[in-house]
Amino acid sequence: MVKFVESELQQLRNEVYDMWTLVNSQMELARQAVLSMDRNIAQQVIVRERRVDAMELKIDSEVEDFIALYTPVAVDLRFVLAMFKINNDLERIGDYADGIARFVKDSDADSIDAGLVEALQIEKMFSTLLIMMDDLKQALMDEDASRATSVIAMDDTLDSIKAASTGILVDYARKNIDAMPLCMGLGGVFRKLERTGDHLSNIAEDIVFFIDAKVLKHMDSPSSQVKA
Amino acid sequence: MTSRQESYHYRQQEQMEKIEARDVNFYYGDFHALKGISMDIPQNKVVAFIGPSGCGKSTFLRLFNRMNDLIPGARLEGSIKIDGQDIYAPGIHVDELRKNVGMVFQRPNPFPKSIFDNVAYGLRVNGIKDKKFIAQRVEESLKGAALWNEVKDKLTASAYALSGGQQQRLCIARAMAVAPSVLLMDEPASALDPISTAKVEELICELRSQVTIVIVTHNMQQASRVSDKTAFFYMGEMVEYDDTKVIFTNPHMEATQNYITGRFG
Repeated sequence: MVKFVESELQQLRNEVYDMWTLVNSQMELARQAVLSMDRNIAQQVIVRERRVDAMELKIDSEVEDFIALYTPVAVDLRFVLAMFKINNDLERIGDYADGIARFVKDSDADSIDAGLVEALQIEKMFSTLLIMMDDLKQALMDEDASRATSVIAMDDTLDSIKAASTGILVDYARKNIDAMPLCMGLGGVFRKLERTGDHLSNIAEDIVFFIDAKVLKHMDSPSSQVKA
Repeated sequence: MTSRQESYHYRQQEQMEKIEARDVNFYYGDFHALKGISMDIPQNKVVAFIGPSGCGKSTFLRLFNRMNDLIPGARLEGSIKIDGQDIYAPGIHVDELRKNVGMVFQRPNPFPKSIFDNVAYGLRVNGIKDKKFIAQRVEESLKGAALWNEVKDKLTASAYALSGGQQQRLCIARAMAVAPSVLLMDEPASALDPISTAKVEELICELRSQVTIVIVTHNMQQASRVSDKTAFFYMGEMVEYDDTKVIFTNPHMEATQNYITGRFG
């Protein structure tokens, strides 16, 4: 491909990396906000959400322009389509970070019982998500399809933590009726984190499609894959 | 803004438009080939003319270096200015105009001379005799056309020994040797293979820092890849002229949209 088109592709890639970094930091701040129920940190996330939205629109527009002007085919087309979809998934993850921050900001609770935090495995939920985000970004940078595929399996961890969280929260609320609003809010947090995991699985699938032209969507396991 | 600043600002605004066409009507005898075209071509930009065959885009292109003067019965109404000067005004030296406004054609047309002499030709007919200067200029032009490395060891070989893509780049080097400020390209890659086409497109992008380029092309993807602005012509009229990004993402005119989406051509 001619150099000027190559540079446009690299620019698009760099912008997606920037979006990734921003959303990653939003989720990290959301983690800190929840664990310490710190409203100041939560407010930072809420304010920065506008930047996430603006970046999404910018990348959308650049994808549209690239397709219109350069009519990409083959790997370039798959790349541009992947960037478009990853952009959308990252923006949704940004929305979830914002939603978690709003829970912290609106909650009357100043802290969460340490025992509840441990039982819910909130730390593990967040850390797994952040590792998934890092691994996927690296997989895209290195064009490493196997690394992207391995991230999909980590979503099972999130699903099982989330599944267990409902019972734990119900039990806690029964024993601590005043904490009912907090428990309901935390239920919402876990739903958002579980959905974040789903979006990260989507991103992994898009990366594999870009690199290998393999479709992992709607497959029971990454190994049962078809070539596009 | 002071009056001095206003004057400077006005001069800057004036200098931004390299070519200005106003109410251009052109006739081949009784045939009204171009109808009421007005447009401004900015300096150091690439402007593409697209449209179906026979729409007048090559006719309009050839007005910028008065190539249509050679056609019996051809008549122009309206004005065309380059750098603020009416190029059809009495007293204009057409040879000087064509030195400043170079042209590259669809089929490569190297002279039956050596590679070196092809590029040196324009310099020599303009009275330059300094051999060292000519050699330096030939090298610069061939480098500028991304051809130097392929031909530096055979400059005395016939230009006809080059491939089609190389011949076209030689023609671009030949045009650039006399340092024009405008380069007209009439379907410069339509006779070339995809790799040669890519090299010519890369060259267009590099040359825009030196010259204003106007390119006629049937290849819409080429227009979208290389140009800053695009004009769509149809049946002698300029239907729409805008930034290339706008033309290819959201054109204002339905006819433009129908053409670029392949609904008619």
